[in-house]
Amino acid sequence: MQPAPPPVTPSPSGEPDRPRLPPDPRRRRRLLLALATALALLLALLAGAATGAVPLAPLTRLGPTQAVILLQIRLPRVVLAALTGAALAVSGTVLQALFRNPLADPYVLGVSSGAALAATLVIAFLPALPGPAGWSLAWWALPAAAFAGAAATLGAVLALGRLLGRPGPATLLLAGVALSTLLSAGVSLVATLQPSRLGPITFWLLGGFSGADWRAVALAAPPVLLGLALVLSRHRELDALLLGEERAGYLGVEVPRELGWLLIATSLLTAGAVALAGMIGFVGLLVPHLLRLLSGSGHRWLLPLAAGGGAAVTVGADLLARTVVAPGELPVGVVTALAGAPFFLLILLRVEGRRERWPWSTGR
Amino acid sequence: MAVVDRPLSAGGAARLDAQALQGGYRRRLVVRGVSLELRGGVVTGLLGPNGAGKSTLIRLLAGALAPEAGRVRLDGAEGAAGGARRRARQMAVLPQGEPEPAGMTVRDVVELGRYARGGGARGDGGGRAGERRALERALELTGTLELADRPFLELSGGERQRVLLAQALAQEPKVLLLDEPTAHLDLRHQVELLELVRRQAEAGLAVLAALHDVNLAALFCDRLLVLAEGRLVAQGRPEEVLRPDLLEAVYGTPVMVTRHPALGVPQVHLLPPGRRLRPAPPLSPEGAP
Repeated sequence: MQPAPPPVTPSPSGEPDRPRLPPDPRRRRRLLLALATALALLLALLAGAATGAVPLAPLTRLGPTQAVILLQIRLPRVVLAALTGAALAVSGTVLQALFRNPLADPYVLGVSSGAALAATLVIAFLPALPGPAGWSLAWWALPAAAFAGAAATLGAVLALGRLLGRPGPATLLLAGVALSTLLSAGVSLVATLQPSRLGPITFWLLGGFSGADWRAVALAAPPVLLGLALVLSRHRELDALLLGEERAGYLGVEVPRELGWLLIATSLLTAGAVALAGMIGFVGLLVPHLLRLLSGSGHRWLLPLAAGGGAAVTVGADLLARTVVAPGELPVGVVTALAGAPFFLLILLRVEGRRERWPWSTGR
Repeated sequence: MAVVDRPLSAGGAARLDAQALQGGYRRRLVVRGVSLELRGGVVTGLLGPNGAGKSTLIRLLAGALAPEAGRVRLDGAEGAAGGARRRARQMAVLPQGEPEPAGMTVRDVVELGRYARGGGARGDGGGRAGERRALERALELTGTLELADRPFLELSGGERQRVLLAQALAQEPKVLLLDEPTAHLDLRHQVELLELVRRQAEAGLAVLAALHDVNLAALFCDRLLVLAEGRLVAQGRPEEVLRPDLLEAVYGTPVMVTRHPALGVPQVHLLPPGRRLRPAPPLSPEGAP
């Protein structure tokens, strides 16, 4: 038997106020991790802005041409890459918590494909109507359609997950594969039906930031920033949902309402990323996965870390994409897939090999 | 452990009161018209065979399942009013099954018990220091303070259950509902957990615990409810409820009821059919009355 502890005292004010609970030992590590992530992001942004056909040295006076290159080409490009990466990693973090499954991310679950199919439909069938100052109907129709496609797919996946009880990683992966195959087939079908638009569709699907300008940033920023703010304001709810929806409800979480908000936020993030950069895989899967191993699951820390980490990784991947075969350019999606797929298989081996749902089973 | 002569009137007004509660899943009605009251200071045990509706009744009382008829009142107010947060300030629930909160330490899990109390600086818990005190109190009451920085998934079954109880106590509830809290626990951990729950009841908590083990229920509960096919078929003190005829009818197997040799509470013995009956020899010289 335990030594008998005293019963609950109704008035806590009478207790002597000395901390008996030591401060959280993960605090130091989390601060270091936050510092490292911020530094990595800063370095990636600097390198991304400095590197290219015309190298720009940081901290030097730029000529007029160089200033234009920096302000009109490089900066919008790295900012767009950072926004996309943050969006993908944060939506991956949310999906992993909602499904309590390390293999969940917008790409694996088919959410990106849903956004892509809807966006493809817009590219294929909506003629680019010239509007004031170069704005055309398709410019806002693309992200709007991507949002609808992402939200519909995510809703379908959540419903499927509920139907399956709580699917293990392999089942969820198979369901996601089936769904994304179906949706990708839809993309191919659309491309075949509109052969004249095949070029823009393919270019866009491969993913990348080569056409980035401030207009693209202005279009990506609102949904992504709104989605980030929504998710960050829900960090306690995400923690509670890790215990399961029933327990979260008993702790006081309004589960259906919060799931609705998180679904909207995830769709905004995925749609913002997909509409402007096409399909970029594995960032949403690996960045939150690795950071969760290092910082634990507390979403108050994990979400900002994932945003910074995802941004740094994507800016870095874009930098690789445009330097490795310079003056040519690889699609960013190809770079992230080349680096990410082996990692993904490693996670799958660990998860299935140990017959665990989560490879990050320890909190340290 | 003076269990037998505790007064039933302790606690005064009903903390939770359910009237003609009916509910279930899809088209299957599981709970068919149950009325009950839980009072502060009283541990009520919920007995019944598999499929009798114990877990469903707990979900209905907890508000996780909307009743098809009847109502639940918490401290006099309609249970559904005010939503999940308000309900969680009055009632904590330990459902069946083990959560798998990957990447969370004991501290993280227990801290989630403060969700409905606001947490952080904006809640009603008296700011950061108040939150820390509430967390420490819940950890101390359950003897889990020294586990605070262990990953939840590395704990043993008994430790996990104590941590989940700490989370429930961190809610500072007036009512505690437990669904099979001792399932998969060994003897020592069963006793330890129910002893912790009893101590909280003595400090004023109203407790309802669905239990599989009738003998454990007789040892730790002031009142017992027996559920069969969704209806309450008996309620009262253990010695009023644990009668061989009732138990045989409800569980469908012959039993014998004796008194606990040291504590006097009723204890139920299985009597598998077709065995030759013989008086038991004492197990040890001082073991027999």
